[in-house]
Amino acid sequence: MPALAVRHLVKTYPNGVQALRGVDLEVPEGDFFALLGPNGAGKTTLIGIVTSLVTKTAGEVLVFGRSIDRELEQAKAAIGVVPQEININYWESVMNIVTTQAGFYGMTPRAARTRAEECLKQLQLWDRRHDTGRNLSGGMKRRLMIARALMHRPPLLILDEPTAGVDIEIRRSMWEFLREINAAGTTIILTTHYLEEAEMLCRRVAIIDHGTIIERDEMANVLRKLQAETFVLNLREAVAAAPVLAGYGVRRVNDHEIEVEVTRDRDLNGVFAALSAAGLRVLSMRNKANRLEELFMRLTAREPQDP
Amino acid sequence: MAMATQLVALRTLVRKECNRVFRIWLQTILPPAMTTALYFLIFGNLIGRRIGQMDGFDYAQYIAPGLIMMQVVTNSYGNVVSSFFSAKMQRHLEEMLVAPMADWVIILGHAMGGVVRGLAVAAAVTVVALFFTHLHVAHVLVTLSVVVLTAFVFSLGGLINAILAKNFDDVSIIPSFVLAPLSYLGGVFYSISILPEFARHLSRLNPVLYMVNAFRYGMLGVSDIDIGLAYALILAFAALLFVACLVLIRRGTGIRS
Repeated sequence: MPALAVRHLVKTYPNGVQALRGVDLEVPEGDFFALLGPNGAGKTTLIGIVTSLVTKTAGEVLVFGRSIDRELEQAKAAIGVVPQEININYWESVMNIVTTQAGFYGMTPRAARTRAEECLKQLQLWDRRHDTGRNLSGGMKRRLMIARALMHRPPLLILDEPTAGVDIEIRRSMWEFLREINAAGTTIILTTHYLEEAEMLCRRVAIIDHGTIIERDEMANVLRKLQAETFVLNLREAVAAAPVLAGYGVRRVNDHEIEVEVTRDRDLNGVFAALSAAGLRVLSMRNKANRLEELFMRLTAREPQDP
Repeated sequence: MAMATQLVALRTLVRKECNRVFRIWLQTILPPAMTTALYFLIFGNLIGRRIGQMDGFDYAQYIAPGLIMMQVVTNSYGNVVSSFFSAKMQRHLEEMLVAPMADWVIILGHAMGGVVRGLAVAAAVTVVALFFTHLHVAHVLVTLSVVVLTAFVFSLGGLINAILAKNFDDVSIIPSFVLAPLSYLGGVFYSISILPEFARHLSRLNPVLYMVNAFRYGMLGVSDIDIGLAYALILAFAALLFVACLVLIRRGTGIRS
């Protein structure tokens, strides 16, 4: 039974904006699933409908086989959600925030306190348990929202941009933590702007654009569909114009940098050979974007941006 | 969810609401006590002495139940409006909306928070009143049941206001332009028997009149209206507003996109 099954989901807002246009999606139990899309693509609306913060116009949502139309409370009980926007009560203590949330899911105060200690320690917030929400840093608030979502041990955890605005050290520790809970059996659905994050963590991916799923497959299969990658080469010698490399698209960035697009039927050896023949030496090289980002940009027809 | 689980959720929400009321007691409990002290000082003592007796009681003693009830009405309403609307604005209302709490639990939990604030304020105002006048309770059960039911009715009213409110203006209009006139014209400071006939009939359309008089009957044993009718109206309002809250929350009005 899939952790989440979405069928023909449609959402039209009262102002006429059609946020979802018949979305079909299935997330297997135990998966680490990435839901990607540009701003306004419909990701947050989709998550909002699954978590019942947004009412759907048409379609069906099943959480572990429980319909949100017919068995809403049972479906909700199986979900933990970390929303995109910070939505903690700034005047409550960390401990109160998580134990209150557990109470809303029916956990007794004693069980909630025990579970709170586990969750807050796992997310390095135990020492801040008496602080109020407003006294936490941005990264701590994000971790608090994850702890809050995990209090009732949901089999499905939905994270909407969980690492936005979080520094790289904390982001990496959060990745490690998410891998651990996924390995322990929790199904995770992740939306993120950091496509490197999705590529590193997720086994399957769906890309949504203009309210429609435009790609849906295992991450490895999706990446195999990438027809070309763009590399940025740093040259020792200055170039006044883009060198001509037969079979490769080349663009001059500045005196010492060029971008080379390498299609799947070519290789980098050819690039180096041609540059050597032209008397140009390569000092360093990097991907212009990570592979998933490159594919994402091509699928959603947007120009890649410098990181 | 099973009933036992829903009751845990209800207890959690009530505890959360009560903690809020007592955590910010300087905003929730003290101001009504202070305002009432001023009412007693000016209307009860300074002006009341010139008025003399009303329905056989000193004026300060006569207005005491009305002043208590006026604060119960204002504070139970204001508590739920403030708590629910700020949760909506700060988005932590979502904590409840994503949880498997039944709609009646969300309504009852907030209403009980309003009732607790109403009762706490009633107790504080009663203590203040004792500094200015002598009070006794003629019918204990009537007094307690009317104050609890009235606080419940206005808590539900506050919840509806908060659900429908889109901005801060929407939560201040009703208390200023509806609740205050209804309270002041609801027999707090006078018996409607002193009004001209037309005004007396008009007053009978004011629901606060029934609550104030039922409470005054509980404390002093006198009332301008029939107590049975007062109970019937209060219970009818409670049922009507509860159903309205259920419909609004079920539809997601003002709380779901």
